[in-house]
Amino acid sequence: MTTTTPVSGPHTHAPGGVTTQMGWVILALLPATAFGVYLFGWPALNLLLITVLAAIAFEVISLRIAKRPVTPFLMDGSALLTGLLLALTLPPWAPWWIAVLGAGFAIVVGKHVFGGLGQNLFNPAMLARVALLVSFPLEMTTWVTPQPMFAEGSPGFIEGLAITFGLAAIPDAMTGATVLGETQTGFSRDLGLSETLPGVYDPMQQALGFIPASMGEGSALLLLAGGLVLMARRIISWEIPVAMLGTLAGLATIFMLIDPERFAGPGLHLISGGAMLAAFFIATDPVTSPSTMRGRLIFGAGCGLLIYVIRTWGGYPEGIAFAIILMNGLAPLIDHYLRPRTYGRTRGGKPLEPKASAPAAPVTEKRP
Amino acid sequence: MTHPAKLILDDYRRLFRDGIWDNNVVMAQMLALCPLLAVTGTATNGLGMGLATTFVMVAAALLISMLRGIITPEVRIPVFILLIAALVTLVDLVMNAYLYEMHKALGLFIPLIVTNCAILGRAESFASRQPVHRAVVDGLAMGVGFTLILVVLGAVREIPGSGTLFADARLLLGDGFAWMELTLIPEYRGFLLMILPPGAFLALGFILAGKRVLDTRLANRAAAVKMAQA
Repeated sequence: MTTTTPVSGPHTHAPGGVTTQMGWVILALLPATAFGVYLFGWPALNLLLITVLAAIAFEVISLRIAKRPVTPFLMDGSALLTGLLLALTLPPWAPWWIAVLGAGFAIVVGKHVFGGLGQNLFNPAMLARVALLVSFPLEMTTWVTPQPMFAEGSPGFIEGLAITFGLAAIPDAMTGATVLGETQTGFSRDLGLSETLPGVYDPMQQALGFIPASMGEGSALLLLAGGLVLMARRIISWEIPVAMLGTLAGLATIFMLIDPERFAGPGLHLISGGAMLAAFFIATDPVTSPSTMRGRLIFGAGCGLLIYVIRTWGGYPEGIAFAIILMNGLAPLIDHYLRPRTYGRTRGGKPLEPKASAPAAPVTEKRP
Repeated sequence: MTHPAKLILDDYRRLFRDGIWDNNVVMAQMLALCPLLAVTGTATNGLGMGLATTFVMVAAALLISMLRGIITPEVRIPVFILLIAALVTLVDLVMNAYLYEMHKALGLFIPLIVTNCAILGRAESFASRQPVHRAVVDGLAMGVGFTLILVVLGAVREIPGSGTLFADARLLLGDGFAWMELTLIPEYRGFLLMILPPGAFLALGFILAGKRVLDTRLANRAAAVKMAQA
């Protein structure tokens, strides 16, 4: 007899709050994170911890300055998630100050300047990544080939600390270019894809993540799995990932059919770079994406389009962060023009007139 | 009975207070943001731009205030622009002749002083309705206020951006001022974002927020003092 959820009325109730949502996103990211740490060894773990701790520290400072209660806002987990997402998009052997600066930029400029969680126009982690990439192009594009933890030749704990804190240089033999970077370098030397790709691109290795990449973008399969879990839990909606990956794959297919030497196929575009991470975990941020279904479809498609355009014709080999920030800026506009029809009113806002000619249908209530 | 000279001094002090802080071109009126954001990559560029603008502001205030009796309201805007353009051309040619390197660094933004809305704004709202001496003082105060914010913003961007302060100051002020060129962080590779346009917006935003905080604190303190006295 007793039921806690109302059975009538247009009120839906979602269990949990911000903390639950953030918790699930972090949980879904954990497999990919753990795999990234394993792949890139101790320096990656150091960087991850520094980024997350710095993000939390900046959150506390910002909350203090804003004279807000620290504990409840800190416990919502948003700073933790921002730090985690930022760490996953950094080169895993980046020096410590990149992590601290990035976390500070994300939390202070990306979030609290706008008024805190829920008020920010741009995704804080992506904003910080773009700021770092523009400011420190060298550090932000020094990729290492995977050096799995405990494997022979990979740095130990002490060496890892030395790399993170800038006391030891990264051996040149361990660095490499990303696949997207390789193809762009190839084009600048008039080499077609059939000449650049063999040797650097193996779909299986790429999907599993055994490639030079940022910490979290490598293992496309684990990210996909985490994203699907979030979708099944209804933490994220399906529109943005599907529209984004669909547009990216569609464009890649069309252009590949036009000139396979110049344009890489959909497979490479989907599993390289941060496409999976962005589609499931970053673009779906509820604060910075549109709030209607049609809006989210347009938002996702716009992200996919911009990613393809920047990757293919832009100056940077990878354009996900730029694409997401540009679409973040458009999200309020999308919401403005795609407002859903108010119940009982036309799209123009006029009240619906009952049709006088039609006879009133007999009311037959069929309720269980 | 207060002495007339003291009244005038008080009036001038008020004008300067307005120009530098209370009604600052940038921090209160939010005018002239285009040159502000474009040239403040270094403190020296900001200083050069500020001095050039100050000269134009003072001279324009003088001319417009003198001519205010014969300029009819219908044609005042074109006349103001014409006067300002003549002055800017003067500055442009002088800088090109004597401060060539500086002129190259500031480039297009010197001719663009013509369209600096702060100058036209002061001409329209102050110089064209005030006696000559007040107009000139106001022009000077506004110019100094603008120069100050240009230099401060330039320094705020230059120090983290390239680790120097007043780099190339000798190009603007002559070799005697070589001591101003400081390298604060040696072997610094630079935080490029601060030199790029977004850095200008970020730094300006924080400066404006800082002014608000300071003003609020001062107002609160004044209110507290008043309460205590009452």
